[in-house]
Order: sequence, then C-alpha cells, then structure tokens
Amino acid sequence: MASAPSKLYADDVSLVVVLVDTNPFFWSASSLSFSQFLSHVLAFLNAILTLNQLNQVVVIATGYNSCNYIFDSSSDLNQSFENGRMPVMCSSLLQKLEEFLIKDEQLSKEVPEGRIKSSLLSGSLSMALCYIQRVFRSGALHPHPRILCLQGSPDGPEQYVAIMNAIFSAQRSMVPIDSCYMGAQNSAFLQQASYITGGVHHKPQHLDGLFQYLMTIFATDLHSRSFLHLPKPVGVDFRASCFCHKNTIDMGYICSVCLSIFCKHHKKCSTCGSVFGQAQSEAASTSDKKRKTPET
Amino acid sequence: MNNGGARRMNGGGEEDDDEDYVNGDLDAWERTYTDERSWESLQEDESGLLRPIDNKALYHSQYRRRLRSLSSTATAARIQKGLIRYLYLVIDLSRAASETDFRPSRIVVIAKHVEAFIREFFDQNPLSQVGLLTIKDGVAQCLTDLGGSPESHIKALMNKLECSGDSSLQNALDLVDGYLNQIPSYGHREVLILYSALSTCDPGDIMETIQKCKKSKIRCSVIGLAAEMFICKHLCQETGGTYSVALDESHFKELILEHAPPPPAIAEFATANLIKMGFPQRAAEGSISICSCHKEAKVGAGYTCPRCKARVCELPTECCICGLTLVSSPHLARSYHHLFPIAPFDEVPPFSLNDPNHKLQRNCFGCQQSLLNPGNKPGLLVVCPKCKGYFCLDCDIYIHESLHNCPGCDSFRHSKADKE
Repeated sequence: MASAPSKLYADDVSLVVVLVDTNPFFWSASSLSFSQFLSHVLAFLNAILTLNQLNQVVVIATGYNSCNYIFDSSSDLNQSFENGRMPVMCSSLLQKLEEFLIKDEQLSKEVPEGRIKSSLLSGSLSMALCYIQRVFRSGALHPHPRILCLQGSPDGPEQYVAIMNAIFSAQRSMVPIDSCYMGAQNSAFLQQASYITGGVHHKPQHLDGLFQYLMTIFATDLHSRSFLHLPKPVGVDFRASCFCHKNTIDMGYICSVCLSIFCKHHKKCSTCGSVFGQAQSEAASTSDKKRKTPET
Repeated sequence: MNNGGARRMNGGGEEDDDEDYVNGDLDAWERTYTDERSWESLQEDESGLLRPIDNKALYHSQYRRRLRSLSSTATAARIQKGLIRYLYLVIDLSRAASETDFRPSRIVVIAKHVEAFIREFFDQNPLSQVGLLTIKDGVAQCLTDLGGSPESHIKALMNKLECSGDSSLQNALDLVDGYLNQIPSYGHREVLILYSALSTCDPGDIMETIQKCKKSKIRCSVIGLAAEMFICKHLCQETGGTYSVALDESHFKELILEHAPPPPAIAEFATANLIKMGFPQRAAEGSISICSCHKEAKVGAGYTCPRCKARVCELPTECCICGLTLVSSPHLARSYHHLFPIAPFDEVPPFSLNDPNHKLQRNCFGCQQSLLNPGNKPGLLVVCPKCKGYFCLDCDIYIHESLHNCPGCDSFRHSKADKE
C-alpha cells in the first residue's frame, strides 16, 4: 500500500514533524526548565523554516494523558506576509500549547504509585505518520518528510507493540525517525526507532546547549546528510526480554502459537494457554481456547 | 513505426510474429488505444460535465467489502493465526504460461508479482520460510529449498522463466508432500499454486494424492490464470485452502498479496511447541572474524551466535554451525499486529452539519484533513468504535493496512482501549 515518495520539488526541501514531549512528571524533575527548552525549540523551528522557503514544520505535543496537533506551518492562519512569519508563529504556537497543557492536566486521574510515568509516544507517532501519508497523497511534488522526537520521558513498556507497529510502517514508507533523548536513562525504543528507519539518535550531554545539538545534527535535510558525519548508532541492543522475569536474554524459548518469549522450558504457555508438545486435539482441557488467543 | 512491435516483447517468442502481423499496419500510438480504452474512465456528473471516475470512493468501498468478508469469519475476537509458516510456491511453467492474454505474457506478469509477494511475505512473516517449485514438461522440480532470505529466491526465479510442455498437478503435489513432511511439527504447511494451464497430465490417481496431502495437513491454495477448473476447486476444498481465478493483472496482484498475511490456523494442524531461539548481539565495530555464510574474513558489522559464537551476516537466519534459529526482537514484533488486530472502523452515515445531536469534528483525527467537502457538506468518514475519533477514508485504509494502531486510541491514556 505504501509507496516510495515520488520526485520532490528539489532535493533539499523537507517536512519536519516534531513530537514535543510535554510530560509534567519529566519536566518538573529536569535540569532544563520547560520554558528554556521551548526557547531552544522555537529558535530551531524558525531556523528550519529559513533554510528553505518551501520547508514545512508540524508540531505535535506528546502529553501524559493525550496528544494533539499544535502547529502547522503550511496552514493559512500561519502564513503572514506582513512582518515576516516569526512573531506570528511564536504566539500562535505558544497559545495552542498552553491550551493543550491545560486540557491534558484536566484529563488526569489518580495513578497508582510505582508506575513508570511515560508519555504517549505511540499516539503522537501514529498521528505524525497519518499526516505524512496525507502529504504523500497530495501529488507528485511534495517535500521529503521526516519525524523528530524530542523526548525525555522513560519508555512505557505497555506501548511496545504500538511503537513497533509505527516503526515498521515508517520503515515501509521510508520516513526516518530522528530522536533526541533528554532523559536520564537510555531509551531503547527511540534507539531502535532511529536504527530501523535510518534516522539519527542522540542523547545530548549538556542540555543547556540544546539548540546547538538540534542545529548541527537534526536540521539538515535528508539529501545533505550523506555529506555530513552524524552520530553513528552505538550498541543498539536488540535482545529480547523474557515475559516471565523481564530479564534481557540472549537465548530463549518462543511459543509457536503466540510468539511469547520464555527463558526456561515450560509445560504450558502462560499467554495463550497452549500445551506444548502435544497435538492440540489431545489437550481436551484447553479445548475452549483452541481458536482464540485470550486477552493478554 | 512498425518495427516498434518487433522490439516490444522479450518473452513468448513465437507469438511475436502473429502480433506483428495483426497490428502490422497500425502505428505505435494507435496500438496503445487498442489496449487501453481511456474513454471508459470518464463519467458524467449531475450537470453533464465530464469528470474521471471517482476512484477514491470505489477503492474505499472495495476495501471495506474485503475487510467485512475477512472479519465476518473472525468476528471481533482474536483468531489464532499460523505465524510460523512453511510455504511452497508452485509456478506452472507449461506452455500455457507463455500465453499473451496478460501483457506481455503470463509468466512475466507472474514473475513480477511473485517477487512483490515474496518481499511482502517476509515482511509480514519474518519467522517463516518459502520454497519455490516449477512444473515444466510434465515434471515438477525444486527451484529453491525452504529458506528465509528473499533475495536468493528472487534471483533463482528470474533466471528460469522459459515455458514449455505440459503441466502436472499430481507431480507437484507429490514433491511438495515429500518436502513438507520433513519440517518441524509446529510449522504450518502451505502450498500456493499459480496455475496457468487448463489441464493436468498425471501419472496416477490425483485423488489419492489429494487425500495424502489432506492427511499430511497441508493447506493448498490455487490461483488460476486461465479458467476455473474442477480439480483445483476440489483440491482447495479438501485441504482447506482458497481457490480464485484472476481476471486481469491488477486482480492477480490483489489475489496473490492476499496470501501474504497469515491465514486462520486450524489448531489440530500444528502442535504448539517451544522453539529455542537465539538473540544475537551486534559484533563490535572493528572486530575481525570469519563469517560462517561467506567463509571469508570480515570486519565488524555482523552478529554473534550466542551458543557457538559463530559470526552471521544478517538476521533472521539459522546458524550454520549449531543450527540455532537466530532472530532479533523486531522480527518477532513484526508479527504482533496479527495477534492484536485493531477493530475495523464503522462507517458514519452522512448527516447535516447543523444537527445538534452530533458534534462533528471538522478535521480527521489522524491527518487533520478537512472532513467537509467544499460547500460545507460533510464528506465520507469513518469512526473508531472504541475511541469515537473521526477519520477520513485514506487514514482508514492506511491504519488498517499498514499502521495497525488507532491514533485515537493511542492518544488517550484513560480510554477503554489501552493496549496492556
């Protein structure tokens, strides 16, 4: 269904979809304040728009309870011919961002302690990919799309399947996913995303120089990247975790029915209930589960 | 102008002279009109003006019909699918395959779409294996063994496309049966036959062979390119496969790609088993080792088998030295969307914008495209049954065919649709 992008305006016109992490749990504990972060990001977005007259920028906010579109540089409201675009862009973007944050906070409910406070990256990735498909449909002339994730929240393991689906879809449509991770630990999801789709992953060491990292690593269009030395993927870990202990394993057992990973030999699969080693017709006790894999 | 015809086709040698003779006095630009009837793709709208056929709505209604037929068997529940498949692709290279009713000839069209099918198959089923078989001069021969690398199959196929002789269904089924009896018991055994001939020359009783296949639990499907044949229909009914006949090239492409996603599994056909697999780490940059697949020294960029420490070049593969299946976690993750499918979206009947009962979202939730046609009339849209988000038709198709995530369900933490 997805096809390679057809001929562009010119090689260096890009559409950058920026996914901004607004998770309050992360920003309240970060050394860089959210307002400082925004000033770096706004300067970066303006710089992209000035690199080429035809460049486009779309901003999607990745919140804790919801995700939404914040800014689209190609929409009519944002094209101003009077004083240049920048003042208009800042105020409309900040206004929509504030509305989003207020609504996101109102959606909060009580969260049990000990849960990982991750943001909804899978939702904003899916929205970004739908938008990019719309750009592909718009005709033979369109910019080179790519996605940039500015993420600080830790990975939420419940989003693994959705994020992998989004990554594979991006790989098929040939859309690179760049990622700039600002959190404390490493983000395995973002490393895998950038590796599989051919994007760039970087974890800046000095967050107060964030604008510098963004401009030198993430601002160049895809065609020019072949002339630059960008950070190479170092040690992307593709080992799996076993479902029973969540340990990373390098050799394990896979259930042939539901592909669950176990580290030790079991008699029965805990995910789908299949009894191993017997022909299914003999396993009379699991007969009602024969044709359905139960909710996991 | 006339020598354009002689240079046009590479395959199907003898047919060339006939074509040339028939179209001999037509210029090249006239020849294109004999094949494509471009006036058929025009329609009149309400005011009598000409416009091209609205392909979008047609495509979408076809897509929804297909989804409904697929999900009517599956209902909303999750049906067990055969994820580890061992598929043999049988290609008929009898003289019927060189017929030119598919342009330029049947075998060229078949080869082109088989290549696309193999790539799509490994994309959707990374743990499965494919083998190729050909039927030529009444004899079935194995072109490639069961393997997991798409390039080797495609290369082998493109070298051997000459057609001659009769076709024999029984010989092909006997050969497949012999090969598929050697695979592990947890694998699902499948055969897909691309049949161009209208007859089969068999050495014995084909009904016995069909019963043998049925007992070996092999699911046989056939895609015919000529006309419907009873024996193919009987074979597919007995073994639980599907039989379809292609009407034209695009229909053939659609039919063959339908076999790429895993079919519903019949539980008795494959025993559940725990398969030992390794998850190799990438070798360090600059390390030098002898690669076990190419038998020469290579620097860096490979994977190390966790059991015997041999170096392999690409995944997924089986370690040459110790036989351990080596995969990486994204390969397993590629199959997860078969296990956790998203529900099809419901169509929304067009209603007026001023209707107070319906809070119409102006833009598609996924791509922000306006859902209103020019003139503020609501266009065609669909809604997710879980998160109630509105989506345009193109997002609907993209979400269900490629993305497999609903953006609406994933963008709200406290909806009922959290995928835990």
